[in-house]
Amino acid sequence: MSDSPLLEMLGISKGFPGVKALDNVSLQIGRGEVVAICGENGAGKSTLMKILGGVHQPDAGEILMDGQPVKINGVNDSIRLGIAFIHQELNVLGNLDVAANVFLGREPKNALGLIDRKKIHAATAPFIRQLGLEVSTRTRLDNLSIAQQQMVEIAKALSLNSRLIIMDEPTSSLTLTETKRLLELVCELSGQGVSIVYISHRLGEIEECADRVVVLRDGKNAGELAHEEASHDRLVNLMVGREIKNFYVQPAGTKTPGYFKVRNSSSSLHPGKNVSFDAARGEILGFAGLVGAGRSEMAKAVSGLEESPAQEIFLDGKKLSIGRPRDAIDHGIYLAPENRRTEGLVVEMSVRENISLPSLENSSRFGLISRAHERKIATEQVSSLNVKTPGIETRVLNLSGGNQQKVVLGKWLAMTPKVMILDEPTRGIDVGAKAEIYRLMRELADGGAVILMISSDMEEILNVSDRIAVMHEGEISGVLERADCKEENVMQLAVGKKISAAKPAFVN
Amino acid sequence: MKKEIGIFALLVVMCAVTGFENHAFFSQANLTNTANLIGLFGIFSIGVGMVIITGGIDLSIGSMIALNGMLLVLALTEWHWPWPLAALFALAVPMLLGLGHGLLITRFKMQPFIVTLCGLLLYRGIARFIANDTTKGFGDAEGFKTLQSLATGKFLGLPMPFVFLIVIAVIMWVVLHRSVYGRYLFAVGRNEQATQFSGINTRLVVTSTYVLAGLLTGISGILFAFYTNSVSPSNHGNFYELYGIAAAVLGGCSLRGGEGSIVGILIGTALLLVLQNLVNLLGIPSSLNFAVMGAVVLVGVLADQLFQARSAKKNARQPK
Repeated sequence: MSDSPLLEMLGISKGFPGVKALDNVSLQIGRGEVVAICGENGAGKSTLMKILGGVHQPDAGEILMDGQPVKINGVNDSIRLGIAFIHQELNVLGNLDVAANVFLGREPKNALGLIDRKKIHAATAPFIRQLGLEVSTRTRLDNLSIAQQQMVEIAKALSLNSRLIIMDEPTSSLTLTETKRLLELVCELSGQGVSIVYISHRLGEIEECADRVVVLRDGKNAGELAHEEASHDRLVNLMVGREIKNFYVQPAGTKTPGYFKVRNSSSSLHPGKNVSFDAARGEILGFAGLVGAGRSEMAKAVSGLEESPAQEIFLDGKKLSIGRPRDAIDHGIYLAPENRRTEGLVVEMSVRENISLPSLENSSRFGLISRAHERKIATEQVSSLNVKTPGIETRVLNLSGGNQQKVVLGKWLAMTPKVMILDEPTRGIDVGAKAEIYRLMRELADGGAVILMISSDMEEILNVSDRIAVMHEGEISGVLERADCKEENVMQLAVGKKISAAKPAFVN
Repeated sequence: MKKEIGIFALLVVMCAVTGFENHAFFSQANLTNTANLIGLFGIFSIGVGMVIITGGIDLSIGSMIALNGMLLVLALTEWHWPWPLAALFALAVPMLLGLGHGLLITRFKMQPFIVTLCGLLLYRGIARFIANDTTKGFGDAEGFKTLQSLATGKFLGLPMPFVFLIVIAVIMWVVLHRSVYGRYLFAVGRNEQATQFSGINTRLVVTSTYVLAGLLTGISGILFAFYTNSVSPSNHGNFYELYGIAAAVLGGCSLRGGEGSIVGILIGTALLLVLQNLVNLLGIPSSLNFAVMGAVVLVGVLADQLFQARSAKKNARQPK
């Protein structure tokens, strides 16, 4: 083998009608190197990766592997060259077992021409062990957690003798511990000589695991930082091309403790357990915890979307009865759910129709919609939230993730929230839009709302929250005051350990 | 709107071709008869369309029309109910059946296809059973001449079913395209979960469409019974659900839900009935009737699909 790098992409350009997605971009990846690629949405990351994956062909430029020029004309070429792609949305079949997923599309046959089950299970087992996955190769994928499913995809990549694994937002659905485990695994794999391209919006993870960070902006190389140089501020500056001041906004309003109280909220996920807490008017109360700790379920129960028979909710001293979503909404308790596209938005409908959906009754008379009023509401939200859209009639699915999230917020801001619950508010959103959403949350809080923010992004939860409630298996294991909001403390509470810094979640 | 224009153009072309080949097409008798049929089929097709817009389906329409017609005949001729009561009964039964469908679908999470397929079998069986599997007629309509003339008479020279259709279509147009309820139908059809998260009682919305479909089927059913003037329980209304579905789909409703319009459904219905008329007038063997219909629906939907795929591609090329 030569000492040339594993992969070189030189002067890659790719245009789509009306837009130049990549303009003379170069990328080099050494053997066993972990290279993070970051950039805002639309910076060209995914186009560049799709070229490696064989989905797009470049208009200009050269790709070298081991110093030899190669052409990647399709997905099969890419696989043959040893490139594997782990997408953000996992490509696994829930109704098949682990081994069948690993060997999907290349099943060995036995003498009868049927799938040689013995062989695929035997061949899969070592990879599963190597990844530290403690499941049988006969487990159906829909019985595994997202993190385990992801490991199965990595096992598949390894079984294909992949030399380069591209991971696109791999931690967006993982818990804190699972994220840690994945980052360790990335190190292990790189130690074994597998190169990793790591794409993420989470700069903390990038700082931790990347040997080198390549930043793209507007389809061009914006710069590179070595592991030691990669700091949050420098990365953001390269990505955005300007300095973002006050990324995290400090609170300015006054707080009224005990304004919003939740008692005995439960969910079917953790029978017999319940959640009680107090939140102050004017504060951002963060909810940390592992996925499956019951945070989203708590949010749904409080919003009347999940049955919680013993739950009591008090707002400003008054007891509310919340049996269905409409009750919560009528009291000004709104939820921006975890899954924007499936729960938060009707993506095929327009920005106008989405923003007006929960408040449509207010824009109507005798059951008939007043288009003018509806348009006014939508236009107001679009401009006050700075939603980047060609117009209010644009279908939401044509907007970027950050702008979609703003539309979700617009739905509720049009109705002046008293309690705004945000479940993973910045998942998959780029830095610029993140800063805007943080500022907006702070403005809402300062304006007298209660903000409950569920987040699995450690950096976000530590920096945005005024206090952090950490959940563990359906209960709050402790609340951290601002001064005690440290990663250590959050991690301890998240796995159910008791620590002295933790305060109770409510006072009677 | 583009969708409606395309199929409307097809309708115009078909009328022109048929009229050119056989002048009888434009005769008053033929036009009146076709309008009458469009009225009869159009009313329940609007109901089916509403259900389809929420992402559901109703396969029980034809059997409901048979059961409904049979109950009407029995109520009037054998039980001697006063006609307003009998008519009310004939509207209430399909609405209750629709309510049943809606509850099974929303409360017990059954699939609309299964629920209404069972309805198709069940109601047909009941209709045949209560009639002892014999054809029953209205006879000389003693005591319910008013109802009969309401169903088969004319208003301003237009057959009553067509008049009913126009009135219903106007009301339903406002409901579907201008009301809060209509917006909820589209939203539920696109994404039931997100709609529920927005505080809308999606179960109620979905259930109501089946009740609405029942009501419109009931109205159609009364008109059909008087149109045929007798109800033979084993084949009255056979396959009518498929006419409704075909009309809705031709008119731009997507079986995935969330798409469709009243105007589209009307044009779709008209297209299907003109097509049948064309088969008769152009001397095409009537055994090919269904084949022609099937082919036209297939080609129509395929053309629409191709057209959409092309425009989607075009949109995708636009910079974001």
